[in-house]
Amino acid sequence: MRELGLKRLFTTIGVLALLVSVLAGCGSRNASSSHTTNQNSVAKIKKRGTLRVAVFGDLPPYGWVNKSGQRVGYDVTLARRVAKDLGVKIKFVQVNANNRVDALNANKVDIVLANFTVTSERKQVVDFAKAYMKVSVGVVSPQNAKITKVSQLKDQNLIVTKGTTAENYFTAMQTSVNLLKFDSKTQQFNALKNKRGVALADDNSYLYAWVKNNPKYTVGIKGIGPKQYISPAVKKGNTSLLNWTNQEITKLTKAGFFKTDYQQQLAPYFGKEVKASDIIINH
Amino acid sequence: MAHSGIDVLTAGSNFSRLLGGLWVTIKIALIAIIIGLIIGVLLGILRTLPNRPLRFILRLYLEFFRIVPTVVLLFLFYYILPKEFNVNLPADAVATLVFALWVAAEMTDIVRGALESVPQHQKEAGQAIGLTYWQLQRYVLIPQAWPLCLPATVNLMTRVVKTTSLLMLISVMDVINIGQQIIEANNKTAPNGVFWIYGIIFIFYFMINYPLSRWAKHLNKRRLEANH
Repeated sequence: MRELGLKRLFTTIGVLALLVSVLAGCGSRNASSSHTTNQNSVAKIKKRGTLRVAVFGDLPPYGWVNKSGQRVGYDVTLARRVAKDLGVKIKFVQVNANNRVDALNANKVDIVLANFTVTSERKQVVDFAKAYMKVSVGVVSPQNAKITKVSQLKDQNLIVTKGTTAENYFTAMQTSVNLLKFDSKTQQFNALKNKRGVALADDNSYLYAWVKNNPKYTVGIKGIGPKQYISPAVKKGNTSLLNWTNQEITKLTKAGFFKTDYQQQLAPYFGKEVKASDIIINH
Repeated sequence: MAHSGIDVLTAGSNFSRLLGGLWVTIKIALIAIIIGLIIGVLLGILRTLPNRPLRFILRLYLEFFRIVPTVVLLFLFYYILPKEFNVNLPADAVATLVFALWVAAEMTDIVRGALESVPQHQKEAGQAIGLTYWQLQRYVLIPQAWPLCLPATVNLMTRVVKTTSLLMLISVMDVINIGQQIIEANNKTAPNGVFWIYGIIFIFYFMINYPLSRWAKHLNKRRLEANH
């Protein structure tokens, strides 16, 4: 009886494995063929009449929702402008840091404007347009237990959000640090407040903004690793929208759009430590 | 404390937005439960048939949805399958579909178990008076199995409602997702808002699930009393 049960178990596992491999097999075949048609070209978007943009919904001052339920922020303002210049309506799709790439690849959105930092790994899976912002990774810690050097983090818990540049940097470059990974910005800051880790790493501009409202904490390490750029991203191979976006960024930079956007959306959130020229880019 | 953060709930349209999110949650759970129950009952009856290949396939279906975590299922149906097969459903539809398939899978087992636990002599008596297969189901087995599977079904419903909190992964604007938006938007002025937002979300879930759980208890008690 026992043996029979075991045999059955193995059969079930075998069939399941077969099923998965069949699924995966036909998947990879289809994936290659679907590259041939671009469903998100500029012409297609104009025809459809809506631009689908992936934005954050919980990251003030870049992408968040105000108390009247409107989406606002530095990225969101750019998104609205891009849709306006394309002459189409905008549809926001709220994403987490972790599913920005999948939203593009699964064709859920046309463009990602969700504080998406350019990295070489990400370049392999999506196409980045010209940058509209620059940052580097910073580390925030409580005032009374300040972390100012990476060496202080050795074998300590460091809080990060999954899929962020901070996570990638510490995973690849600082292997002696224990990472405590969370799904959303909300969770990561709650974790820091609940002392689940000694510090938290994220983009420094964002940390400056957070520290301004949480004076018990300080950005002990202001910049670590190389300077990072934040760009709009489109689906890999969507050259039509990529070229259009590049021209748009150049045009907007010349028109001083980002300066205005910075003054309106970011300046009220950042402390005096940050200047507009620290964040925006002159192409 | 100068600022308790409770006015985060009443500021602007925050509360109605939370209710809107709750409606999305309820709508997805309800439609999924209804579709899942219908499919699940039918497949559950099929699972009592002596046909081995059919039983095996249905068993595989059940095990797949029981073993694979809901997070993975949502991810698979929302991000991976559309990419591979070029079907692109909106997030709410994907959520409803995944939950309906999951409910159906769990229901097949509940229904099969209930049908099989109807005493054998009942079935034989039915056959003896010449009932056909479907008559036997309709007049003998289902009426007796029904009370047996009700408590488990209601419990399954409460699990579905709770699991909707995972939907933020696939960009569904459910009550948790809206709650997080409000928390982050107010973090600067009201750091304690988080307590009130999650507090109200707790109350929302409790208001849905507590009556269900009481109902399951009541049904179970009634069934036991009827047996004595």
